[in-house]
Amino acid sequence: MNKEQIDVRYVANLARMDLSEEECTIFQGQLNAILGYIEKLQDVDIEGIDPTAHNSPVFAVLREDTSRPALSQDDLLRNAPESALGQIRVPKVVDA
Amino acid sequence: MSLNTQTISSLREQLSAGDISPADILDSLAENISKSDVGAYLGHDLDCAKHEATSVDLTKPLGGIPIGIKDNINVNGQPCSCASSFLENAYRAPYDATVIRKLREAGAIPFGRMNMDEFAMGSTTENSALGKTINPHDVCRAPGGSSGGSAAAVASNTAIATLGSDTGGSIRQPASHCGVVGLKPSYGRISRYGLVAFASSLDQIGPLTRSVEDAALVLNAIAGHDSADSTSLKQDVPDFTEGLSDGIQGMKLGLPKEYFGDGIHPAVREKIDHTVKGLNSAGAEIVEISLPHTEYAVATYYILATAEASSNLSRFDGIRYGNRVENPDDVLDLYRRSRAQGFGPEVKRRIILGTYVLSSGYYDAYYNRAQKVRTLIRQDFLNAYEKVDAIISPVSPNAAPLLGADKDNPLQQYLADIYTISANIAGISGISVPCGAITSETGSNLPVGLQILGPSMGEQSLLRVARAAEVIQQS
Repeated sequence: MNKEQIDVRYVANLARMDLSEEECTIFQGQLNAILGYIEKLQDVDIEGIDPTAHNSPVFAVLREDTSRPALSQDDLLRNAPESALGQIRVPKVVDA
Repeated sequence: MSLNTQTISSLREQLSAGDISPADILDSLAENISKSDVGAYLGHDLDCAKHEATSVDLTKPLGGIPIGIKDNINVNGQPCSCASSFLENAYRAPYDATVIRKLREAGAIPFGRMNMDEFAMGSTTENSALGKTINPHDVCRAPGGSSGGSAAAVASNTAIATLGSDTGGSIRQPASHCGVVGLKPSYGRISRYGLVAFASSLDQIGPLTRSVEDAALVLNAIAGHDSADSTSLKQDVPDFTEGLSDGIQGMKLGLPKEYFGDGIHPAVREKIDHTVKGLNSAGAEIVEISLPHTEYAVATYYILATAEASSNLSRFDGIRYGNRVENPDDVLDLYRRSRAQGFGPEVKRRIILGTYVLSSGYYDAYYNRAQKVRTLIRQDFLNAYEKVDAIISPVSPNAAPLLGADKDNPLQQYLADIYTISANIAGISGISVPCGAITSETGSNLPVGLQILGPSMGEQSLLRVARAAEVIQQS
């Protein structure tokens, strides 16, 4: 794990977020410093320690699969940037 | 006495007696909001609140009390911007968060959207894309964050009480810097349904108030299990005001030696020491304890929090709500540019870091390892609570920072979270109570907060210690 390894542009692509040249340069330096600091976790002996995902002692909460009231189509479409025919409009994702 | 400066409990007495109406309180707040230069609010709708006030039940515990809401909590029909350009003018909440529903059931009136760091990422409120909030005690300083608007409003008498959210100290730290009470309840105590998620395993909603009793009153209203949040716990909700002033005779309070090292400002240290002496005089036994994994807390936090944030914020893609760029080439271009345009620098930085620590080849080295260190940090606290009833520490190593102080050095800002983030990592309860003020170089009086950390679901005794600290401060 080399702290110089983070390729900010590559990771931004994974996150589906464009960055300007300037942002890339600034983030590269700042994230290298942060990752350098985070290296200290390598010093901790974690042999045989279980991970903790969250602190609530409840897991796999299930409910009855029954119908119940939900937000209406109108309620949800009100926030949509573009809609038509009662649906959210998006750019074409499948070529004919 | 002006209504805007009073506590919930005092206003409730006058409301019950019929001496004042909820509209009187709202008018008093609105008048002071319009005169205020603190910038605590992103917006408020007086007409809407007054309309709601005509039908509130004044016999309820919070009947007629306006509560300011951090702008990452959904209030039906109102904008919920998270102080982000991504959501500004592009999203209105289509439902009430569970805490809002519960506040309304208790008679309270949600009033005002409080400024914050964008998506709750930050500790000065300077990461808000929509407005500047200053510290009511010193115009050159930040109010703290991320719930900076929520804290500054109570401190500047433009709110009676507010809700904030705390992922790594975002209620306690601004409360400390603004001189108000800020409670982060245990993970699972309060439903997060309707809170815009930042880091789901760390986030918790809580009140910022003028008094410990007020914090207990708001907690009474909003605590409890909710089927819409599977991490909320099926625990009884006691009356948190009961036994509040019973004192702390015989309680054991722990001072973690790792929290009182070199990093703490001597004047902050002096205020903490003074209050600890007072708690001792009030009958508590003070013992030194150790939380040996403290030095790993910041590193652990910034892996877990950013990893969860990168996942949670992937929903802001410009499809269903929020910012969407014009004329995208294709759907990928729409995602990339809508996100680039809508998010500010700190949010982008954290999304990049979080995506990186979860990416192929790095998951075990970072995320998985951090989750294991989290187990050790949690165990430190479980061990400590075998010996003590509560833990006492500063909230922050320093008083409120100057505006712009660590603008280009995020790591330096992250390191100042050292005393607050462990509570989120371990899921325990914590509170900040004012314990005096220190004088800045320019002669302003900067509040200092005392942090009390209690075990998970230990809010009752936590609040009792907080009340004892408040009494020391008032004497």
